[in-house]
Amino acid sequence: MELIILPLAGALLSWFGKNWNRQVSLLTSLATLALNLFWLSSFIPDGNLQFEHNFPWMSEGIRFHTAIDGLGMLLLLLTNILIPVILLSRWNMNADQNKHLLPLVLLMQAALNGVFTAANGMLFYVFWELALIPVYFICAKWGETDRIRITLKFFIYTFLGSVLMLASLLFLYWKTPGAHSFEWTELVAVNLSEAEAWWVGAGLLIAFLIKIPVFPFHTWQADTYTSSPAAGTMLLSGIMLKMGIFGMLRWYLPLVPEALHSQMPLVAVLSVAGVVYGGIIALRQHDLKRLAAYSSFSHVGLIAAGICTMSLNGFQGAAIQMFNHGVNIVALFFAISIIEQRMGNRSMDQLRGLASGSKPFAVLFMIAVLGTVAVPLTNGFPGELLLLQSIFASHALLGICAGLTIIFCAAYMLRMYQFSMFGQASEKQNGFSPLTTAEWLGMVTLAALVLVLGVYPQPLLDLTHASMNQLYDIIQERIALH
Amino acid sequence: MNQSALFLIILLAPLAGFVLNGLFGKKLHALAGWIGSGAVLMSFICSLFLFQRIAADSTPLLFKLFQWLNVGNFQIDLSFQADRLSSVMLLVVTGVGFLIHVYSIAYMHHDEGFYKFFAYLNLFIFSMLLLVLGSNFVVMFFGWEGVGLCSYLLIGFWFNNEAYGKAARKAFVMNRIGDLGLLIGLFLIYFQFGTFEYSQVFEKVETGAYRPEILTAICLSLFIGATGKSAQIPLFTWLPDAMAGPTPVSALIHAATMVTAGIYMVVRCNVLFNYSPITRDVILYTGLLTSVVAALIGLKQNDIKKVLAYSTVSQLGLMFVALGCGAYSAALFHVVTHAFFKALLFLGSGSVIHALHGEQDIRNMGGLKKQLPITYWTFLIGTLAITGFPLFSGFFSKDEILLSLYDRSHWLYPIGLGSAFITAFYMFRLLFVTFHGKFRGAEEQQAHMHESPALMSVPLIILAVLSILGGLINLPHYTGNIAQGLHHWLSPVLADQPEHHHGFSTEMMFAALAVAGMLLALFLTRKKYLSDAVVPEADAEMTGMGKLIGQKFLIDEAYDAGFVQTTEHLSDGLHTWSDKKIIDGLVQQSGKLTGLMGGLVSKVQSGNIEWYLLLMVLAMAAILGVNLFI
Repeated sequence: MELIILPLAGALLSWFGKNWNRQVSLLTSLATLALNLFWLSSFIPDGNLQFEHNFPWMSEGIRFHTAIDGLGMLLLLLTNILIPVILLSRWNMNADQNKHLLPLVLLMQAALNGVFTAANGMLFYVFWELALIPVYFICAKWGETDRIRITLKFFIYTFLGSVLMLASLLFLYWKTPGAHSFEWTELVAVNLSEAEAWWVGAGLLIAFLIKIPVFPFHTWQADTYTSSPAAGTMLLSGIMLKMGIFGMLRWYLPLVPEALHSQMPLVAVLSVAGVVYGGIIALRQHDLKRLAAYSSFSHVGLIAAGICTMSLNGFQGAAIQMFNHGVNIVALFFAISIIEQRMGNRSMDQLRGLASGSKPFAVLFMIAVLGTVAVPLTNGFPGELLLLQSIFASHALLGICAGLTIIFCAAYMLRMYQFSMFGQASEKQNGFSPLTTAEWLGMVTLAALVLVLGVYPQPLLDLTHASMNQLYDIIQERIALH
Repeated sequence: MNQSALFLIILLAPLAGFVLNGLFGKKLHALAGWIGSGAVLMSFICSLFLFQRIAADSTPLLFKLFQWLNVGNFQIDLSFQADRLSSVMLLVVTGVGFLIHVYSIAYMHHDEGFYKFFAYLNLFIFSMLLLVLGSNFVVMFFGWEGVGLCSYLLIGFWFNNEAYGKAARKAFVMNRIGDLGLLIGLFLIYFQFGTFEYSQVFEKVETGAYRPEILTAICLSLFIGATGKSAQIPLFTWLPDAMAGPTPVSALIHAATMVTAGIYMVVRCNVLFNYSPITRDVILYTGLLTSVVAALIGLKQNDIKKVLAYSTVSQLGLMFVALGCGAYSAALFHVVTHAFFKALLFLGSGSVIHALHGEQDIRNMGGLKKQLPITYWTFLIGTLAITGFPLFSGFFSKDEILLSLYDRSHWLYPIGLGSAFITAFYMFRLLFVTFHGKFRGAEEQQAHMHESPALMSVPLIILAVLSILGGLINLPHYTGNIAQGLHHWLSPVLADQPEHHHGFSTEMMFAALAVAGMLLALFLTRKKYLSDAVVPEADAEMTGMGKLIGQKFLIDEAYDAGFVQTTEHLSDGLHTWSDKKIIDGLVQQSGKLTGLMGGLVSKVQSGNIEWYLLLMVLAMAAILGVNLFI
């Protein structure tokens, strides 16, 4: 709750803050992070809801109910760590633009913190929609040419998903006993017939699959990522798509266990298809941002596929990879944005030899690439290991197909690095100016996370272990009952 | 010294060297090289202590750092194990590694990336130590990927050169193809045995708690991993290209240590492979074919490093032949001797390249023995060792392999012998064309030619001594009491070993046969390249079979057309057709149906955005505020 109010207040302040808005924004986000870390220190990862706020909102059943469990805490951490980094990426940019852009980022933070703590279906839906608005404006107002058409597509696409989600939630709401309720516990308790569950599940699922995105609901993604300003792309890829995965874990799996055995295999196949499909397409992209977009699409497919295995390894792998994918993809887009600001373009056809310009940047960018390639002892590896293992255990052939990602990803990531950083630099490229303090801080934070969480991933897993175990038990129990 | 401390120093010294050189190397200047070398020396000394303990007691020493991952039953420890097998690998990696570090101080001293070079080398040693010291498959996989990464970084060390960068990426991606095999092997192991720890897996295999078809799948998957890292058919084409890296890298990574990881892994898992005869056959035939094909290609190469690269592929093939025959100790024996003489040969070629300021084409060399005496004599020793000259290390280790091949199949033996013969042929050709005859390069080069400094020649001399004496560690049966040292040393880690005793006369006969082949090659090459002073023809002049060999059987071209271009076409097709036209087309069409919604939203854009935004913030605040206070 406080994690929602704090950035909101900051957004207001920053909005009217005139010349101080970047300082105000950054301080707000750091304060939010500090609060989040303070809560983490007293958080007990035993699967129980903590830091609860619960009071009626529109009615007895539509409550303002927020609480934090392990999974929520993980995503709060992700959000509140990444937001300051994203703000840092804008530090040296046009103050006129920042005037309105930075408050929007904070608004986004408020909405995201709401999504990850909502324990009431209606509240979840409201925050889900609220999160869409700031990012829509960021992309539509400060994006590149053709942004209007592209963001409109993005907006309609995800909005369509939201409508379906709302319909499903409403259906469940009407099925709750007594005066009806949107409370998560009530919605989970609803028993549906198989046909009902299938439709309700499909509605929720499509909303989440579009957001993630999973093949074939992904065509909004590459365009939107490419045409958005870097901050928007980071918000979308680093945090916002986790809403979809989080949605699957919290608001889909336990709500419609009756539908899982018919829907999950299909989604698993689609997800793995996306892993391979995105990986192959990324091999030949020239625009760094577009390449990273397809890479991200390929990687989140793996996370979705891991969830579809409905195994503990799949859930835990998905949880840890949500965090680490967020760190890695933001690091990549951060690096790309640094290149673009200096060189005026981000096409591999025109970049070469930037490594000669700034060695620290070359190292930090390399660390981000290695994390994405999931080299052991970087943060990408433990999640990928768990996910691939769970997929392989559920279906060997599917696991092997998903495993192709380790080949494709190495190929396209190193190609990207080669054609931007390596090679003979021209005079212009030699003039690649050193990183500014803000950029340096942002990139070093991310690189440190890549290395630390690769060497010692267990704390993240411990955080979500009880929640994921509970989820696993609920599903197994309900399926057995069914 | 405390056992944990030994483990920690062995592992962390190179890591510390990496961090130190990586962060502050630029300011350390020449010191960077000594820090790098010193770190490896520290590892080496501690490895000696560890070796001593294991010599006294063969029970594996264990060291658990911490639990790396724990999800339900899926538990992975970052833990290490030193036993008879890993101790041998430890000494080779740190010992040869140290010599190559020292050599590099002189070899790389002009390079602006001097400190970076040592940082990468140290990181490589660290990864290699993870690989051989890990007590479970996942830690081995850490090292396995880590050495691949260092190999990538070092092949592309001179990053301004795009061709080198391409070679580096090719190496990494081809390795990753193998790695996928290895990873699947790991998943199958977990599926079958429920653990990744070596000791538990092997124990369960011994008690027969497995399904045979799964065990075979495990072994085949592991072997796919080995073909990638150890450059066997079909994944061998990256290794010759990897010569783009600085020569000490070729010596350390692409000859002495990393490429033998596949052999180490199979020896480590010998218990598994013993129960999968099919896989052993696959290994045998793959190794034999690779050995012959690579040796043939080596005949027509004119780049001094490329000859050695194909030679490495071929020798690795021979080691896999030994593995396929179940002669694990013979394979490891050849790993050790090969590490000595191939590191020596590569460093020798580096000395030549150094003296000629970057020249690598042997057609532009000749007669170097006068100006580069130490390089010449040590190179000669390396050549005699690899060709199996009597009493040199390669003589013993190669005979051991050929003998086990003969035991396995009388029909395959001549092929192995043939491979050894071709090896002798291209090696003597290399020696004569490079060092004998007249100098064919530019006069300017000759004027500046100089023997390498002591930092380079001392490692050469040490490796030369090891190349001569290396055979002592595993002498043939006919030497009586002192025979088969390595074999006995390894017996605690090897399951049942076929003991073959042929008697003195048979063993001598095989040795004589091999020596005869070697001498024939010596005679032929001596006549052609020394007496007749033939200089290898230019690529364009080659014809027929020679041309095909010269073009490396067009394998690279076939891969390029078959896999690379197909994937690229597929990628373009998916992007422009499937993604943009079909899927997005459908989305756009259905989007038009919901035009009403679109119309509504698009109005937002024409309005005053800032006003909308402010409204939104206020509304959110109001909703929250109302709920807080009411």
